[in-house]
Amino acid sequence: MDNFLQQLINGVTLGSIYGLIAIGYTMVYGIIGMVNFAHGDVFMLSAFIALILFMILTQLLHVGSLPLAFVVVLIGAMALTALWNWSIERLAYRPLRGSFRLAPLISAIGMSIFLSNFVQVVQGPRNKPAPQLPNHVFKITDGSAGYSVTLSVRQILIVALTVVLLAAFWYLVKHTSLGRAQRACEQDRKMAALLGIDVDATISITFIIGAALAAVAGVMFVIYYGVVNFADGFVPGVKAFTAAVLGGIGSLPGAVLGGLLIGLIEVFWSSYFTTDYKDVAAFMILAITLIFMPSGILGRPEVEKV
Amino acid sequence: MSAAAAGAAPLLQLRGIETFYGKIQALKGVDIDVNAGEIVTLIGANGAGKSTTMMTIFGAPRAKRGKVLFDGKDITALPTHLIARLSIAQSPEGRRIFPRMTVFENLQMGASINKFAHFEEDLERVFALFPRLKERAPQRGGTLSGGEQQMLAIARALMSRPRLLRLDEPSLGLAPLVVKQIFEVIADLNKREGLTVFLVEQNAFHALKLAHRGYVMVNGQVTMSGTGAELLARPEVRAAYLEGGH
Repeated sequence: MDNFLQQLINGVTLGSIYGLIAIGYTMVYGIIGMVNFAHGDVFMLSAFIALILFMILTQLLHVGSLPLAFVVVLIGAMALTALWNWSIERLAYRPLRGSFRLAPLISAIGMSIFLSNFVQVVQGPRNKPAPQLPNHVFKITDGSAGYSVTLSVRQILIVALTVVLLAAFWYLVKHTSLGRAQRACEQDRKMAALLGIDVDATISITFIIGAALAAVAGVMFVIYYGVVNFADGFVPGVKAFTAAVLGGIGSLPGAVLGGLLIGLIEVFWSSYFTTDYKDVAAFMILAITLIFMPSGILGRPEVEKV
Repeated sequence: MSAAAAGAAPLLQLRGIETFYGKIQALKGVDIDVNAGEIVTLIGANGAGKSTTMMTIFGAPRAKRGKVLFDGKDITALPTHLIARLSIAQSPEGRRIFPRMTVFENLQMGASINKFAHFEEDLERVFALFPRLKERAPQRGGTLSGGEQQMLAIARALMSRPRLLRLDEPSLGLAPLVVKQIFEVIADLNKREGLTVFLVEQNAFHALKLAHRGYVMVNGQVTMSGTGAELLARPEVRAAYLEGGH
């Protein structure tokens, strides 16, 4: 029971990170019908941006207050990653809009390779360690099972931040003009333009929001694992994509639900079976979902698309 | 016809419009005028190029040759959303309401062009015109019946207080009673508020009775024009569009 509780805590933490990345996949798919394969690498990039910003703040500018540094790093990483993703869309995807369906997809794979190689060249191929941060750990049980179930400040921070961001994001999509414009473009781009919506600008904003959420996940990733590598975009990226497919691609609540499920599955699999095959578990889910439930848990059947 | 004062430039002018789909020429030099305060209809058989004419005004597809002038300004090369922001509203072919938005949200989409300047007032107005929409306000657009969707498409267009309302086949697939109701609303808006309407219709009889003036389109060209009554009386119009198919 103690083990279960501990794994539940770990799984929800990991799932929060996956969920935040998955939103970027599902939003872009919803609005332009394209799987943005570079999204995982954008996430990786944001982790590096966060690390570099943190170093600048603490080493060069001697900012002593950790919470202040965290807030600045978070906002800075969100803004810079958004700028990257905006540029990627402008350079690599927008010129191909209206071209054949596979063209932007191939362009996205190219972008993914470019980003990971770019980071490898400028940051080196080795793991970059993040500085050790203080991390208070709460003991939930008394340790009668031989160990104590713990909940760390980092985990609380990650889950709380995810919940707050998702609530804000949900409000944006449901109750603002911008969110309505996004949903309109998702359902009928041509009609949206006939109603005066700037479709290109709306798509750009979608990439910006997706990148900002991925950047939050990137910052959390650095904090949680304490290390980042140029290749770290690929596996979390594919897992977040799996989460988006499992939840139903195009569905925002689905992306979050899928992220949590993938996080939990991965953690429980590692705990009760073997850590070696934890990635296999996640990708098996992808295969099973695609075969038996292609529209996912909360997704719409493809035929309903207009 | 009162508002179509002699000498004043037409609100909408199409001059020598030629539009292509790939290599196929859909429009072969179309000239149409719509004066402020008028109801003008464009009739013709399926595939004659009526909807293409409508969409060419919005630049989707873009005219290869010719000019579209709105209020004297050349809008031929303007992006679609900027054309819409000139207060040209459209109830398109197939209605194209947003199926996964509520009726209320669909109307909000219509109002976004003029930044919700008089949202409450306009909402009351369209609910008065189409009381059914008020009952359906919290429902998803996709769950409405065909007639209700058509009402919603027109109401959504009216939410922007358009200077020009363009209706593409509003009668398509609807019960005669609903068609009558919709046409009455349009006639009423034109009479009371001087709303300018450009109507594309296959249902020639209803359209010509409603319109001040009409154009007949055959194979991408305007072959006849005149007042609604004139066209209704023309034997070739009767033979082609009234007695045969309908």
